[in-house]
Amino acid sequence: MVHSGINVLFEGSNFARLMAGLWTSIWIAAISLIIGLAIGIIFGILRTLSNKFIRFILRVYLEFFRIVPTIVLLYLVYYILPRTFHVNWPATWMAVLAFSLWVAAEFSDIVRGAIESVPKSQRESGLALGLSKIQLFRYVLLPQVIKLELPATINLATRVIKTTSLLLVISIMEVINVAQQIIEANNQQYPTGVFWVYGLIFILYFVLDYPLSAWAKKLTNERK
Amino acid sequence: MTEEILKVEHLNKFYDERQVLHNINFSLKKGEVLTLLGPSGSGKSTLLRTLNGLEDYKNGSIYFHEKKIDPSPKEWQILRQKIGMVFQSYDLFPNLTVIENVLLAPVKVQKRDENEVKEEAIKLLKQVGLEQYLNAYPRELSGGQKQRVAIVRALAMKPEIMLLDEITASLDPEMVRGIEEIVELLSKRDHMTMIIVTHQMNFASRIADEVLFLEDGHILEDTPGKEFFNHPQTQRAKDFLDSMDY
Repeated sequence: MVHSGINVLFEGSNFARLMAGLWTSIWIAAISLIIGLAIGIIFGILRTLSNKFIRFILRVYLEFFRIVPTIVLLYLVYYILPRTFHVNWPATWMAVLAFSLWVAAEFSDIVRGAIESVPKSQRESGLALGLSKIQLFRYVLLPQVIKLELPATINLATRVIKTTSLLLVISIMEVINVAQQIIEANNQQYPTGVFWVYGLIFILYFVLDYPLSAWAKKLTNERK
Repeated sequence: MTEEILKVEHLNKFYDERQVLHNINFSLKKGEVLTLLGPSGSGKSTLLRTLNGLEDYKNGSIYFHEKKIDPSPKEWQILRQKIGMVFQSYDLFPNLTVIENVLLAPVKVQKRDENEVKEEAIKLLKQVGLEQYLNAYPRELSGGQKQRVAIVRALAMKPEIMLLDEITASLDPEMVRGIEEIVELLSKRDHMTMIIVTHQMNFASRIADEVLFLEDGHILEDTPGKEFFNHPQTQRAKDFLDSMDY
């Protein structure tokens, strides 16, 4: 009997497993973004201070996470961290840790850039009105910084979502890992199944990332 | 005798090794308009910014109501509520509407009642012909309108002194006149004490009670307004006025 490849998606609980894998990718990305953005905003502000030591340390931190490939980072937190520091967290939380540190590094640079892009005269104008430094940040700089950084932050979010596809290397049952298992299990019955499974994954990632990407593009165009 | 509101004694300022203000001395009485004139780079704006604490100074003293200013950030933050400043580039906050720009400091810094301040702000905006732009954002305004909002924003703090730093320099010639009229009204009607940096010699000659003529950070002349424009004491000031087609 000839089987249509598309049926592989609906064999047993395959579709539900793929959706569960996608949900794992989404929540790891979401929690990593929440933690990473919170740390990143603090690091970004610290990087605009005049203290050279703090700026140097945070610059080294940023460069480390920029230079080291994400896959190496995942190996580091999954294999080396537990052995060295006797940390026994589940793989998903190790992934959240790695991604949060990476997001914090990238976002700190976005925040620093946005703060530095607000014209100096805006600061002076606020100070000349008697605003304290906290009021100046809260009412003048922060709203402008958010507007300036939003497109880059959305782009960072799309990168994080896409990069969750690497989580299979530390055995997390995210959507790619589930897909591999389905393909291997059904390879003989559905020789063209790989096309349909990865086709569905393409659509799922597209549905997740394209609206974000389009939003970032719209914001960027509005700023021009 | 008119009260002395501001006094500067032996003020020196450096950028690294380079001295940009040399032994500056002058005083300002309540209601007086002091105009700082001089070629570009003579230190006029630097002096003005120093009087608002936006630039520090190495030595010398500034007195406000005969009390010596302790040049700490905390003290400057309090003093800036009494010494308003308007800049050449307007510097309205782009994330806030016109009325929000005007209300921000009186409400958040001076903790005044928002409704009361809003009433005053609307009255001020009416006086400068901007009552229909309360909810507009700065990007929707012309340069002249922005500068009028910037003046109202500084006035809403009820300052005792206004520092105006080349406030017409970025404007089209036809908008310059409107801003000058507002400043002249502030002086003549409200007796606002002001220090003005300008390159508009006709405006300066109309409004200045006193002129400080600066070059290379030195005061070359400290002369009553009319006298400076009719009989400048130094050849350098004469040359300067000639070069400005005055």
